[in-house]
Amino acid sequence: MTTASPESGTNAAIPDAATQIDIYRRMSLISQNDEAARKTVKSGRLMMPYYSPKGQEVIPSAVSVNLNDDDRICTIYRGTHDMLAKGVPLRDLWAEMAGRVTGTCKGKGGPMHVTHPASGAILTTGIVGSSMPIANGLAWAAKLSGSKRVTVAYFGDAASNIGAFHESLNLASVWKLPVVFICQNNLFGEHTRFENSTSVDQISKRAVAYGMPGVTVNGNDPFEMYAAAHAAINRARDGEGPTLIEAMTFRFYGHVFGDDDHYMTKEEKAAALAKDPLPLFRARLIADGVATEATLAELDADIRAQIEDAIQFALSSEMPPLEELTRDVYAEAGAA
Amino acid sequence: MSVETKKLNFIQAINQALVQAMDADPTILVLGEDIADREGGGVVGVTKGLSTRFGDDRVKSTPISEQAIIGAAIGAAIDGYKPVAEIMLMNFTTVCMDMIVNHAAKLRYMSGGQTTVPIVIRMMTGAGISSGGQHSDFLEAWFAHTPGLKVVAPSNPADAKGLMLSCIADPDPCIFIETSRAYGVAGDVPVDATPIPLGKARLAREGADVTLISYAEMVTRCLTAAAELEKDGISAEVVDLRTISPWDEEAVLASVRKTGRAVIVHEAVRTFGVGAEIAAILHEKLFRELKAPVGRLGAPFTPVPFAGNLEQAFLVQPGAIVEAARATMAAN
Ligand SMILES: Cc1ncc(C[n+]2csc(CCOP(=O)(O)OP(=O)(O)O)c2C)c(N)n1
Repeated sequence: MTTASPESGTNAAIPDAATQIDIYRRMSLISQNDEAARKTVKSGRLMMPYYSPKGQEVIPSAVSVNLNDDDRICTIYRGTHDMLAKGVPLRDLWAEMAGRVTGTCKGKGGPMHVTHPASGAILTTGIVGSSMPIANGLAWAAKLSGSKRVTVAYFGDAASNIGAFHESLNLASVWKLPVVFICQNNLFGEHTRFENSTSVDQISKRAVAYGMPGVTVNGNDPFEMYAAAHAAINRARDGEGPTLIEAMTFRFYGHVFGDDDHYMTKEEKAAALAKDPLPLFRARLIADGVATEATLAELDADIRAQIEDAIQFALSSEMPPLEELTRDVYAEAGAA
Repeated sequence: MSVETKKLNFIQAINQALVQAMDADPTILVLGEDIADREGGGVVGVTKGLSTRFGDDRVKSTPISEQAIIGAAIGAAIDGYKPVAEIMLMNFTTVCMDMIVNHAAKLRYMSGGQTTVPIVIRMMTGAGISSGGQHSDFLEAWFAHTPGLKVVAPSNPADAKGLMLSCIADPDPCIFIETSRAYGVAGDVPVDATPIPLGKARLAREGADVTLISYAEMVTRCLTAAAELEKDGISAEVVDLRTISPWDEEAVLASVRKTGRAVIVHEAVRTFGVGAEIAAILHEKLFRELKAPVGRLGAPFTPVPFAGNLEQAFLVQPGAIVEAARATMAAN
């Protein structure tokens, strides 16, 4: 872990055995779900824009085990990993991706606009950089109401070049908001390389400009990610204000489903795939005696069955009735 | 039963609405640049006294960060608060259109009704105060064209108060437009907190021959024109929309059905303006009853100029309204 501010990065917390397995469970869920999503789109069974988070499983998994159910997340189009890690139910998520009435948003949001308040997933946005200003508002509400809720804003590395990022970090710092900004630096913004679009070699350095701690961590290492999230979330909960975490990672399947990766070198992609965080962590849990192969295999199989069930559920669900077209534009008369 | 009133200008009337609403409901928050008393209570003083009275938690001066302002308002609104955000001048909404149009306006719909954004976005604007091209635009058509937003533009202090109270109480995001050049104009304002329903027009003047349809400060100009027309024996009815979106189709149609003639008057450029929408509906629904084509007055298709003479030429003047009404009368 490299620290851009002297205030953080000390006393690294270590997840206990149960938490480690919990992190693995979430990672397995994300990874298997991603595989299922790519397959389902490829087979033509479901048409949707799909932004694979494969390779980035560790980040929200290690973050979410530090969050309570009523803590909030704001995420982006590439966010199924963030949602699943936070607890958005598979059936509701798949039905939303399929545009069915049983989805989180009655099929009216779609994969880029999933909202599921019960699990704390309040916003999924398709506009680069816009998760942060709204996360601030949720954090402001928590602070005003005296609740201990924390809000996490997820975004990509390219989003840190959008004005909203800078406005949001400044405001959060000035208002000392209970918010954690988590940049998932997968080294690309669409097809543009990080170094060709960003003025600093570490986004965490930008935290200095906003008077908050900023750390760059290996976002593919569950322990490093856990420790950084633990510190930042506790800091937010204790009323000490925001933190910027830059989690280094890599996206395995390009920007959007169907992307041919022409802008990556074969070598860098191969090197990243060789370090796939999921099998590595799985092997580590077994080697450390935290879990047995059999336990993890059972856990994986259980997840696989749940995903299959969710896909069946989604594809066999009804489309939204046509009255939904014009509903929810405004509050229904008399509803408020 | 007479309503107790007091002479207040727009600034005082909106301030009073905020005070009364905040007194009644602790979830109402106010945020914006320079709005707290430490910073002077707003550039023209609309929010004066609020931070002293309600505290710095509920009344927050912000950095110059329009996206962060609207984002904070949206997030707090999702979690149960009712923020009133000030974007100092309407032109600065261009900096936070993403937050307004992609988020505030759409979150109710995209979430299937699960998250809602009951915010008010206040802003001032208008030509005639020598501010030039980037501080004077009426952009209401942009917002009226966006499903999910409500757009409100009061023409007098009493309406400013009553409409502000309704915007605050409304469960959806409201754009509240204040005309700067009218800020100092005083009128009788109900002392009590009396909301004026959104989406309902006001019959500002009764008449029989032609309907002038307008909103914001242009209503005053229509009333001046109507007085002038009276001298020619032309009886003009003036309908003040109060709310631009949703506009009160029923009231407008009723008036035009009665007079058979209509002229729509607004400050924004005429091209693709709100007047086009209203005129189209009038033609669609009243084609056979109209005695003349519906007229439309707005600014020429230019940015707002600085030079005083050009700026006045940019603004629709009462004389132009009189002419348009006369032309409508002549077109038989
Ligand atoms: C404001 C805005 N500009 C451009 C786009 C198109 N776009 C979608 S994703 C993307 C790249 C964003 O990269 P990054 O923030 O690093 O996130 P990642 O996709 O790598 O997770 C772009 C340019 C957009 N959605 N929003």
